[in-house]
Amino acid sequence: MTDMTTKISDSAIRRQMLKEFWFYFSQNRGAVIGLVFFVLLVLTAIFAPLLAPHDPSQQYRDAFLLPPAWEENGRAAFLLGTDAVGRDVLSRLIYGSQYSLFIGIVVVSIALFGGILIGLVAGFFGGWVDTVIMRVMDVILAFPSLLLALVLVAILGPGLTNAMIAIAIVYQPHFARLTRAAVMGEKEREYVSAARVAGAGNLRLMFKTILPNCLAPLIVQATLSFSSAVLDSAALGFLGMGAQPPTPEWGTMLAEAREFIQSAWWVVTFPGLAILLTVLAINLMGDGLRDALDPKLKRS
Amino acid sequence: MKIRHLAAVSALAVMAAGAASAKTFVYCSEGSPEGFDPAPYTAGTTFDATAHAIFNRLAQFKPGTTEVEPALAESWDVSEDGLEYTFHLRKGVKFHSNDKFTPTRDFNADDVIFSFDRQGNTENPWHNYISGITYEYYSSMEMAKLIKSIEKVDDYTVKFTLNQPEAPFLANIAMPFVSIVSKEYADALEAAGTMEEMNNTPIGTGPFKFVAYQKDAVIRYQKNADYWGEAPKIDDLVFAITPDASVRLQKLKAGECHLMPYPAPADIEAIRNDPNLKLDEQAGLNVGYLAYNTTVAPFDKPEVRRALNMAMDKKALVDAVYQGSGVVAKNPIPPTMWSYNDAIEDDKYDPEAAKKMLEDAGVKDLAMEVWAMPVQRPYMPNARRAAEMIQSDFAKVGVKVDIVSYEWGEYLKKSMEPGRKGAVILGWTGDNGDPDNFLSVLLSCAAAKDGGANRAFWCNEEFSDLLAKAKASTDQAERTKLYEESQVIFKDQAPWATLAHSTQYVPMAKNVTGFVQSPLGDYAFDTVDITE
Amino acid sequence: MLRFIFSKLLYLIPTFIGITLISFSFIRLLPGDPVLLMAGERGVSAERYAQISAQLGYDKPIWQQYLTYLGNLFQGDFGNSIVTKKPVLTEFLQLFPATVELSLVAIIIATVIGVPVGVIAAIKRGSWFDQISMTGALVGFSMPIFWWGLLLIIFFSGTLGWTPVSGRISLMYYFPQVTGFMLIDSLLSGQAGAFKSAVSHLILPSIVLATIPLAVIARQTRSAMLEVMGEDYVRTAKAKGLSPARVIGVHALRNAMIPVITTIGLQIGVLMAGAILTETIFSWPGIGKWMIDSISRRDYPVVQSGLLLTAGIVMIVNLLVDLTYGLINPRIRRQ
Repeated sequence: MTDMTTKISDSAIRRQMLKEFWFYFSQNRGAVIGLVFFVLLVLTAIFAPLLAPHDPSQQYRDAFLLPPAWEENGRAAFLLGTDAVGRDVLSRLIYGSQYSLFIGIVVVSIALFGGILIGLVAGFFGGWVDTVIMRVMDVILAFPSLLLALVLVAILGPGLTNAMIAIAIVYQPHFARLTRAAVMGEKEREYVSAARVAGAGNLRLMFKTILPNCLAPLIVQATLSFSSAVLDSAALGFLGMGAQPPTPEWGTMLAEAREFIQSAWWVVTFPGLAILLTVLAINLMGDGLRDALDPKLKRS
Repeated sequence: MKIRHLAAVSALAVMAAGAASAKTFVYCSEGSPEGFDPAPYTAGTTFDATAHAIFNRLAQFKPGTTEVEPALAESWDVSEDGLEYTFHLRKGVKFHSNDKFTPTRDFNADDVIFSFDRQGNTENPWHNYISGITYEYYSSMEMAKLIKSIEKVDDYTVKFTLNQPEAPFLANIAMPFVSIVSKEYADALEAAGTMEEMNNTPIGTGPFKFVAYQKDAVIRYQKNADYWGEAPKIDDLVFAITPDASVRLQKLKAGECHLMPYPAPADIEAIRNDPNLKLDEQAGLNVGYLAYNTTVAPFDKPEVRRALNMAMDKKALVDAVYQGSGVVAKNPIPPTMWSYNDAIEDDKYDPEAAKKMLEDAGVKDLAMEVWAMPVQRPYMPNARRAAEMIQSDFAKVGVKVDIVSYEWGEYLKKSMEPGRKGAVILGWTGDNGDPDNFLSVLLSCAAAKDGGANRAFWCNEEFSDLLAKAKASTDQAERTKLYEESQVIFKDQAPWATLAHSTQYVPMAKNVTGFVQSPLGDYAFDTVDITE
Repeated sequence: MLRFIFSKLLYLIPTFIGITLISFSFIRLLPGDPVLLMAGERGVSAERYAQISAQLGYDKPIWQQYLTYLGNLFQGDFGNSIVTKKPVLTEFLQLFPATVELSLVAIIIATVIGVPVGVIAAIKRGSWFDQISMTGALVGFSMPIFWWGLLLIIFFSGTLGWTPVSGRISLMYYFPQVTGFMLIDSLLSGQAGAFKSAVSHLILPSIVLATIPLAVIARQTRSAMLEVMGEDYVRTAKAKGLSPARVIGVHALRNAMIPVITTIGLQIGVLMAGAILTETIFSWPGIGKWMIDSISRRDYPVVQSGLLLTAGIVMIVNLLVDLTYGLINPRIRRQ
């Protein structure tokens, strides 16, 4: 019976929180712009086959390194020009959005899931379990992230999947630390003790009782990690260790375009611009999220 | 402590360089040398920076050819049985000096013996003067097994005794790894307890003296005024280390360097059209091939292998993969090499006939693997693309191809496993211009086992006998005939599909004269000059 | 204070051992065999393979290799590169000044611009300056620096021809390496134009490397200032009628600097990661490029000890940041 009432009031509180959150979030103009751009990007990725004027791997043998349509020699069919083997840059960018979003989602999910699990265990059990786990996290954090990711990719073999795994491993300690800190804070609170007295098991305590109350900082960190993941996977692609050609991943496209920096600015400029705008949009959203979630954090 | 000491060395060198500075030639090299002692290393980049600039050998390759001519040895006699080589050394050859070392004597027999002994004799204190050092070339050319003894007859005469007659021996001793180093310098370093300096501040007899090396950035040399041969025309030589091909080209265009190796294939046209540059080109001493595993059915049948070779449109493959910088290969050795059998006719591209041959051989629904190397090599710019073309060609004769690739180290290892499935794309660049260096290394029975380079695992007794006979003979005409015959057997048995020989390009500034391209891919600057 | 330092150092030991363990085991997990890579297309006989493996110590059991490695480390022996056969530490020390020079100049640029921008933005909160600079900071923070570097090369080296494409100084200048820092050495050499050449080579890479730290520092300074300016004692000072310059300069700035210093210190990890990309783009002969090359050449000892050395440096810098923090803020020490 008591269980029922808490549930109802829980959902009511949550609805109220959401409303409040949206209020704070929509106050931030940048965040809203970021959100709109991000939604557009998601739509682009989903409808890439409909939007792209060409097949991203189709090589037009009569159209090597054509400049964008508005330049001299440009063709209307290739709005942003073509690359060294005659592929349409715009279509490749459109398909590339799928990779970037996919990378962001996968990396954040793996890192979030792993980090939460590890952080919960460390924070909840404390003692030597905590010490060992946190020391391992310290060790991972001591390496410059990109360097560690590079070595991990070298071990696993270059490729998109492995790049994502490597980046997730490198990011995961941040989540573990955050979760642990939050759990440590929450663990001693009355509602936890109450649930314990009521006979809740460890697992239930960890996931059902404590975790929902630690989510705010994790969400902010997840947004930040999403944008870093897009950047880092592009960097790995640029160094030849991420997605392999002819995949239209933006970083990989930049790596292939490097030899043309003197002769064909468009093959270099557009993929980088795509990365920049995507990361910027997510960071704008992240700022808004933090502002919206922060007051609540302080108040609780 | 060490840094200070290095600084002192170069400070003096600057003063020396300042006095003579006049004509400076800058070479935008493609990578850093592994070290400055040529013996332990195998990379061409290292040899350009060491062996060709700083050192000499007993014999050398005549510039622009693979012909062996006298160098530090003025002449030599070979005994009737081909076992004894007596070298008569050049007199009055001076070693370089630096601020720590000034030679008190000229080059002599002791230096020759020391240069060989330190590599072959495990008891020599210099054999392991840096921990983990190995003499890869000395061991892979089997010099230790070949040389029975080296004796000093007098100060200017050295006698090598071999265990068996070996015609390529003279070509071997013209190779960079047996560069002659100074025994006197070695003794001085040993006494001072700084043996590793042998690899940092080299002393040689070559056309250029080593001045300074700044890791991964710049190597500086100075003309050796006392050079025994014709002295270099430039005063200072600088290697500007620039790994990225497009950056090298930019520097060349900007006048920051005079000559560069390995341009990107995509840039060749632009270089040709640039009025300030010129382009030197030459067929490289290399071959790219597809090796079947001749021990696994159905590739154990020569007619199956020949049929597949006929199914391959090599012309199209070379056009797409080498982008005009290669020629179709019909023999396992390149056309610039002596004994190349030009009378041999290549398999005609004929998918219909190939299909019929496969049917006649009882091969149906064949599925195979084609291995594509993960790296670019001079002999194979894009193995993946080559494999894709082979895949589509083979599909036309009903053979299904899966393309596989591994990390380079794994690739080399797995391709050596005798039970390997499928055909592997690989290649070879010659070390010394002797046909034996291609045929024996890549196709003999001996190389087919125990980690050898015979990736086809092809062992043909008749073929191997011809090679052995040719190796034992010192009569060039007879050797030529034997190698020509061996190529006929090769073509008939078809253990490989020979794909292409690639072309080497050397872009340079218009005002550079006297550069002689080496078929071995060496970059030597003793003959270059800059006209104003 | 000594106890504080001591406890911090003690805390580092397990982390350090963990780092050696990770760098060691990672390298063993790398596919590809250095012995085979050395032999290349020629191949290698089983006998010779065993011989070389033994010489390199790869034939011993893994745990024994690890203990040998640790033992050598404590004697200052970081192993020899397989490719160059030279001690890893020697190579590291030869290349390290280039990276340090680049990073130092970058962090100076980032601090010198980032802190004042952050302070002004905080004081004039909501002004156009605040909005533009904070938007700029967010763009900088979101920048793929490898692309940014390429753009700068296209524009300044290509189109305008103002700066050289790569390297640390023009080949024309040649002088002894005294400190390893090109800026200082070029001045010491006394050669006319050498310093200018060194600066023109350094300018683009350091701007690229400074971009992200600059953005972070500006944002952090702004928010730290805002927070401090809201605190009671600043308000009290204002109320007491102290001049705004004094309030900001003495009270607010000093307290706001604590988190800013931490932020600057923490950028060292970011710089190390950024150096890998920057050095690759500009062919800068430093640690980052060296590590990348070594990974692709499977030069085990270099990757292993290079990882260890970079992590060690990050760790030490973080420790120094902690200590500075403790110095400025005594409350931390007691915890």
